Amino acid sequence: MVEMPKINQEKCNLCGLCVSVCKCGAIVLIQDKITIIETEDCHWCTTCEAVCPTGAVTCSFEIVIDEEK
Amino acid sequence: MTIDAAFLKSIPYFSVMSPAELDANKQLFTEKTVQRGEVILMEGELSDTLYFVAAGAVKVFKTSAQGKEQILSIARPGEALNDIPVFDGKPNPVNAQALGPVTLYSLKKEKLQAIMQQYPQVALNTSKVLAERMRQLVTLVEDLSFRHVLGRVTKILLNHSSDGAGANDHLTQQEMAAMAGTAREVVARSLKTLEEQGFIRIDRHRIVITNKKSLEEIVAESG
Repeated sequence: MVEMPKINQEKCNLCGLCVSVCKCGAIVLIQDKITIIETEDCHWCTTCEAVCPTGAVTCSFEIVIDEEK
Repeated sequence: MTIDAAFLKSIPYFSVMSPAELDANKQLFTEKTVQRGEVILMEGELSDTLYFVAAGAVKVFKTSAQGKEQILSIARPGEALNDIPVFDGKPNPVNAQALGPVTLYSLKKEKLQAIMQQYPQVALNTSKVLAERMRQLVTLVEDLSFRHVLGRVTKILLNHSSDGAGANDHLTQQEMAAMAGTAREVVARSLKTLEEQGFIRIDRHRIVITNKKSLEEIVAESG
């Protein structure tokens, strides 16, 4: 399972900006609903989150400590 | 190509005009479409035409001589891209690039001035738009100029980090911005700075802290 951006459907106003900016085609509008398609092509650019006017799209980061590498 | 008078009403400049007035003036606007990645405006150019985003999203940014990019804002439908050079007649201070397919409505400067003369309330609305933009930029300047924001973002990373044992916190850049009391653009810049210094690594959806001691020093210095 690939971690993907998340959509809060209650906050989403279906403006479609996230769909228009997604470079890998992972965000699509299907039957009046923004849907995320799992793909390894998503490089977590977070542009979908940046353009969302309602805060419905979130690209969260897990913060871990790894001083070995 | 049809200019949508109902959409013009959603542009803050023209929100005071009636549907009939907008319908009567819509022929003054021209529609233009641009593709993803296309540069719409370049720093240093003169602008005799004002562009409004009608659909899509546009990145408004500056680039340093070293190639570093600082996003100033993301323009969404209804927002103007270049009111500063259109009003002061000087070169455009920013770049604008389409983040996806974008539709623009353009209006020649002299036509905008004619609308303002005929509908003085449009000029008042324009002052409000410019004042809001100035407020946003002043806040951005403040946050980018003083080191304490980097310290606050660093502290958030340390407070929400884990060594892999147990459940890890997940934070968006928007959430970090709200916690640090700053703009998302400033969080993005802070993360980039920490990554360039080799203290963190951004690994897709993971922020990996590779030098905890240096991060703690940044927090201590900014405190």
